[in-house]
Amino acid sequence: MIQIILFSLITITVFFIAGKKFWRIRRNILLGKEKDLSGDFGQRFKNMTLVAFGQKKMFKRFIPAILHLFIYVAFLFTTIELIEILIDGFTGQHRFFANMLGSFYTFLISFIEGLSVLAFIATIIFLSRRNLLKLPRFTKAEMLGWPTKDGNLILLFEIILLVAIFTMNGADTVLQSRDTPHYPDTGFLLVSSWLGPMLFDNVNTGSLIIIERIGWWAHLLMVFGFMLYLPFSKHLHIFLAFPNVFYASLTSRGEMENMESIMNEVKSMMGLTEDTGSEAPMDDLPSFGAKDIFDLSWKNLMDAYTCTECGRCTSVCPANQTGKKLSPRKIMMDVRDRVEEVATALDVQNDECKIDKEKALTKDNFDDGKSLFDLISREEIHACTTCNACVEACPVMIDPLEIILDLRRYEILTESAGPADWMPMFNSVENNGAVWQLPNSRAEWKDS
Amino acid sequence: MEDVTMNVPLYADVIAAGKRPEILFWVGCAGSFDARAQKVSKAFATLLNHAGVDFAILGDEEACTGDPARRAGNEFLFQMSALQNIEVLNGYEIQKIVTACPHCFNTLKNEYPALGGNYEVIHHTTLLHQLFEAGKLRVEGGNFKGQKITYHDSCYLGRVNGIYEIPRKLLEQLDVELVEMKRCKSNGLCCGAGGAQMFKEDEPGDKRINIERVEEALETGATAVAANCPFCLTMLGDGIKEKEQQEKVNVFDISELILQSIK
Repeated sequence: MIQIILFSLITITVFFIAGKKFWRIRRNILLGKEKDLSGDFGQRFKNMTLVAFGQKKMFKRFIPAILHLFIYVAFLFTTIELIEILIDGFTGQHRFFANMLGSFYTFLISFIEGLSVLAFIATIIFLSRRNLLKLPRFTKAEMLGWPTKDGNLILLFEIILLVAIFTMNGADTVLQSRDTPHYPDTGFLLVSSWLGPMLFDNVNTGSLIIIERIGWWAHLLMVFGFMLYLPFSKHLHIFLAFPNVFYASLTSRGEMENMESIMNEVKSMMGLTEDTGSEAPMDDLPSFGAKDIFDLSWKNLMDAYTCTECGRCTSVCPANQTGKKLSPRKIMMDVRDRVEEVATALDVQNDECKIDKEKALTKDNFDDGKSLFDLISREEIHACTTCNACVEACPVMIDPLEIILDLRRYEILTESAGPADWMPMFNSVENNGAVWQLPNSRAEWKDS
Repeated sequence: MEDVTMNVPLYADVIAAGKRPEILFWVGCAGSFDARAQKVSKAFATLLNHAGVDFAILGDEEACTGDPARRAGNEFLFQMSALQNIEVLNGYEIQKIVTACPHCFNTLKNEYPALGGNYEVIHHTTLLHQLFEAGKLRVEGGNFKGQKITYHDSCYLGRVNGIYEIPRKLLEQLDVELVEMKRCKSNGLCCGAGGAQMFKEDEPGDKRINIERVEEALETGATAVAANCPFCLTMLGDGIKEKEQQEKVNVFDISELILQSIK
């Protein structure tokens, strides 16, 4: 009985806190600009099924894709075990599904055990890849400190979780073989039915019951710990990958979003619009492009929260590969760090960030004197060749390029700054209609 | 083939003569003014003549599509360029455009519709492929038969617009031995010119991107690099010169390779 009460208390508390933390992330994502991404349900659903659920883009790199698939599928199926644990925990039963499903239960748990062994192997390889092989994409500048710890911690959690599963199932099979009451027959389990006796044959039944409980609780608490850890980690992709792929752009990669306000202004300037002089005079200078997270779309911010820092984008970025400072992954991490910075100020209603001190601190009443440019340098955004390799590489359809180009737009349009080298090009496009300033006719080549 | 005279009519002249060209050849800034890219314009125009394609160019009525300005962040300038071009294109009621520049191709095809310019836009490799399919172009023997040639995917034809196979099919027509670089097709490495990098110095780093790409091309042992973009042509050509391999390895636009092998 005490176990049920303890279990219920812990479970409800964890769900409550996790719920609040996830709701906070939703609010943070919505700090971004509105962007209508509704419609095209069929195509979006298809993308989500293939790319998020089916991991299609992971398979650009086969070996990591297979290893990742083991962990992913194991995670998906272990959910069934988790549901059983929740039912058992609330009702005080043991292995609720066992009697109900019979031999199918044996198959199911054996299947999960097989996957868990594969996931265990994959996790060990992933840890070695990060810490022994020191794969370049895991040791880049932006990965120093917390991001590296974060990556290792998650893998460590997985190992503890898997050890807990096998402790729980292993002890259980031995208890079953001793006809201990309260332990329904699960049939021969793929791994535990030989691993259990190997480890626990000499342990007395009393201790074994405790070991089984330790495994059970450790499994549960690891899952709960994970749920609470997720909102602070890069690991959110396990949930966000799905909506992020669903809402990914369906328009051509080659199309930059048209800035209608500027188009209309240019049109009226060129006398291409019928209504003249009817525009409302602007009170203050308009701002174009993105300076801070509020100028990015909510999808850009969801991209940032979805990024799991795998670094595939950075490893294919031509600028990064040739030693330039730009790293598309860092752009995503910087955006997320900035959203978190703003969100923390909002959480505590930091008075110093208010524009109008009389009003509450909201995204429309926010100025902490900082922006994305405090995290992202000009050198980084100037190094981009817009080659789309990062966009192509991302397994969860994050678009770092859109953010880079929005920052460039701010720099050029709002600040009238940017690389000095570009000025002659701008001038000749404006005055000569060509990227180079030449006196020749455009048709001269045909006669030369 | 070289002695065939090239005939490149101006769109305005054809219209004035009461006719309407089937297709507009959009030459682009590089094709018009860059000495290396001018050769590509000529090669392509000659092939069009040879295949009997009814085309014309805009000449001084054409202006930069605005691509480098837009990708540098200068939306204002892009809009000015684009709207001006759309005025001209719509004024002539142009339906179909071919261009030898993948940046022009991308902007005309994917970005002009939002500004009111809707045309059927194809890259010159696609048109050349169609001409082969229709039997209007034929290869004989071929100067490059059996030669090791590697193909560089430009970002804006390949990764951005998904055209990987058509240029390779053209090379196969020439009976060359196509050798792929390590990074090719959707993994192709940029030449370093896109996103208006062509018009500025590199940001500080260890290496120039074109050198990285050229090293990869040289590793294949190819005697020629085939490209589909005037800016790639410049970048790769410069890289090969820097590696002092210009005597051994040439960079060509696919149309130039075809012109040298045509019947």
